[in-house]
Amino acid sequence: MTEPLSFELSRPAMPPRLPSAGQTGPAPADLLPAAALRTRPPALPRLSEPEIMRHYSRLASLNYSISENFYPLGSCTMKYNPVANEVAAALPGFAGLHPYQDEDSVQGALELMWRLEQALCAVVGVERVTLQPAAGAHGEWTALRMIAAYHDSRKENRTEVLVPDSAHGTNPASAALSGFHVVEVRSGPDGRISLGDLESKLGPKTAALMLTNPNTLGLFEREILDIAEMVHATGALLYYDGANLNAFMGICRPGDMGFDAVHMNLHKTFTTPHGGGGPGAGPVGVKADLVPFLPSPTVERVDGHFKLDHRRPQSIGRVRSFYGNFGMLVRAYTYILAMGGDGLSQASQDAVLSANYLRKLVEDDLEMPHEGPCMHEFVASAGRLNHEHGVRALDLAKGLLDRHFYAPTVYFPLVVPEAVMVEPTETESKATLDSFGAAIKELVAEAKTNPQALHDAPRTMPVGRLDEVGAARRINAWLQGQSDDPVLRWKAPE
Amino acid sequence: MPYLVHSPEDRTAMLERIGARTMDDLLVDIPRSLRIDALDLPDGLSELETMAEITAMAARNRVFADRLTFRGGGVYRRFIPAAVAAVTSKPEFYTAYTPYQAEASQGTLQAIFEWQTLIAELTALDVSNASLYDGATAVAEAAMMAFVHTGRDEVIVSGYLHPEYMQVLRAFGAGRGIKVRKGGEPTKKTAAVIFQQPDFLGLLVDARSLTDAAHAEGALAIACVDPISLALLAPPGEYGADIAVGEGQQLGLSPSYGGPHVGFIACTRELVRRLPGRLVGASHDAEGRRGFVLALAAREQHIRREKATSNICTNHSLCALAASVYLTYMGPEGLRQVAETGFRRAHMLAERLAALPGWEMAFPERQFLNEFPVRAPKGPSLARKLARKGILGGLDVSRWFRELKGVLTFTCTEVNDERALDELLAAIG
Repeated sequence: MTEPLSFELSRPAMPPRLPSAGQTGPAPADLLPAAALRTRPPALPRLSEPEIMRHYSRLASLNYSISENFYPLGSCTMKYNPVANEVAAALPGFAGLHPYQDEDSVQGALELMWRLEQALCAVVGVERVTLQPAAGAHGEWTALRMIAAYHDSRKENRTEVLVPDSAHGTNPASAALSGFHVVEVRSGPDGRISLGDLESKLGPKTAALMLTNPNTLGLFEREILDIAEMVHATGALLYYDGANLNAFMGICRPGDMGFDAVHMNLHKTFTTPHGGGGPGAGPVGVKADLVPFLPSPTVERVDGHFKLDHRRPQSIGRVRSFYGNFGMLVRAYTYILAMGGDGLSQASQDAVLSANYLRKLVEDDLEMPHEGPCMHEFVASAGRLNHEHGVRALDLAKGLLDRHFYAPTVYFPLVVPEAVMVEPTETESKATLDSFGAAIKELVAEAKTNPQALHDAPRTMPVGRLDEVGAARRINAWLQGQSDDPVLRWKAPE
Repeated sequence: MPYLVHSPEDRTAMLERIGARTMDDLLVDIPRSLRIDALDLPDGLSELETMAEITAMAARNRVFADRLTFRGGGVYRRFIPAAVAAVTSKPEFYTAYTPYQAEASQGTLQAIFEWQTLIAELTALDVSNASLYDGATAVAEAAMMAFVHTGRDEVIVSGYLHPEYMQVLRAFGAGRGIKVRKGGEPTKKTAAVIFQQPDFLGLLVDARSLTDAAHAEGALAIACVDPISLALLAPPGEYGADIAVGEGQQLGLSPSYGGPHVGFIACTRELVRRLPGRLVGASHDAEGRRGFVLALAAREQHIRREKATSNICTNHSLCALAASVYLTYMGPEGLRQVAETGFRRAHMLAERLAALPGWEMAFPERQFLNEFPVRAPKGPSLARKLARKGILGGLDVSRWFRELKGVLTFTCTEVNDERALDELLAAIG
């Protein structure tokens, strides 16, 4: 089942009924030079409301989503998105605010941002938090700009950022965009960062080590205190990639581990929805030494009155227009209020419990390259299945789609061959975990008896496996419908 | 506790199956000295109490009526068809992840493909990506594309670019060693000339000659455009811009104190491999059925790591979806009507304001669409006076531009009916 494009459904000239421009005031053509005007109207589709609702409802039905399906996507923390969050963000008192209203008229909005900052400080153990970054990678980059400014302020020329080989791809990309040279640090056989390799790479040029804890293998970096000491001894700073923060809220805090800067994904840990790829929000928390470099403006409380502070002479500047993804901040704060300190702690404990339980259910079916216990996620390998039966991690992923589960993250982290990375989160019930475990068992059995079935999966989705390599080569296919390929062309023949 | 699903019995059974006695057995890797007993936060609340507290905070804000909002500066009040929220509040869209598994994500992927095509059509450029965070970061990303493409390290910002976009551009530029110059002629060192059309004050610039001047020195031309203006104005692709960027808030998104909104970026086919972020392409399965996939992923951070064109992972898909619904509802004719209504009303308002004693157009020789700068007597007290009547008046732009002391920009869209204009004039008194 597929749905035509809006462009294919569009029918000529049935414009919506809009308030009339009236005849008062001049028309554009009366005043503007002809050269400034558009000669050919843009070829936008036009659908009536009934057609729009049907088109997009059909598209919606082609999606898997957390509201309907288990999304065991490792490193993505696909937990349930509370509906109260949506109600809160849509309140006219928030959604209707213009960013350039006077401070007196937005005290509630500033208070919410201030309170959210306090709450996030408490969860991760830092001095201040900026709410401006729009996403996790944006937060990483913001933190690295602050780290660069910190070293500059001390007249130190530090040009390298160390990144473990198991790190998220955004880490090295953010470091490079921040002007740093990226140096990779190897993982040891236990899946943790190799202290020996780290030591050999730390030096007077090191600006920071970027670390996820638990790491992308779902393992807690047991030697984090030693790591922090080594890094700080060279004068470098320690950066925390908060993608995996859901593992230990209320159990321990990155700030106490020695991290100097911490980014958080509100769209992972704090339940703001992923929206099919965003918007998210990526606040960054910092220890006292980095506070002067926070993006401008910050929200301050002075005598019970909230204000935006633009006078920050050492600030790295502004990283996004206005004050960040405010609507996502409202959602995250609503969640934190509802959960409270006790609820957030229980959430992390349940997330760890669920991951270990699921790991147990599938440990006889897939290889576990590292010893447990794991934290909030685990990485298995389909290496043996591939070797013995030619069934790859991708085949398992597609097979799961046919069983009404979204797929785990596959082929990441890069340090595990045929990696299958599973993160169940605290909002999946034991019954769901049991049925996922059973599905893995079935798939592994099928791989042994009928591997071709898995190569042909998925069979129950709107489309079969798509040619992803071909799409990359056929750039013209999506250039305004200029392709001659009848499968790809969306424009009706003239 | 809300949103948690395990019962105490479940937890016991799960621990047993794992072979652990207590949760602490699962947390053995965490050094004892790091463990905390509890978070320094209040306990959770019931939904009733949570919403009461949130609603009370919302009530401590003042919301100005759409029709009495004459302030723009990058965020505008527009009519938003009800269909927009009806679509974006479908959980199948808003609770889905980035569409890595294409076969289970065709709804999101096709919606993004449609968005890309809409933006390509509006800007008259070859290709657009799946969206960026906002207009400001879109400008910065475009500058970085030009920096890499030309191997030159200077960008020139011509005229009144939104001051916050300028600040973001400087912050991004600093990370890559890009020098941002305000004004001046391009030279052989210039990677790109960046301009906003209409500019931050609402005034039209000569986009074609800025583009030609950039190209004469081998630099790229980057146009930051208002998407609704493109129903009336010549699109970037027509005057030769290499990259068009902008803010899509006006396409069906509420002001929401500045976000989340959506940035867009479109470029010529020569630059496609330098585009940041996600890109969706059309493909097909073994039976020849059309389907959509993430394309050209080899540019991206999860594959290329430190060599990626950008670090973008999360974008603003759901906001792009809202904008697509808006544009599809409007169609070319509706969009033109919206743009023209704002144009007529703003010109009517400008004429009436300029006729007031002590008021005058700040740049009488320049053309504008639906936002314009006007010199007004006693700016700050005027804003308070209007606020008392429920009116969000013009934006004082001197806070960013000293040379514009006493200049306010006013904006009109289709939501500012003619009676609202009368009320504004009466309140100014």
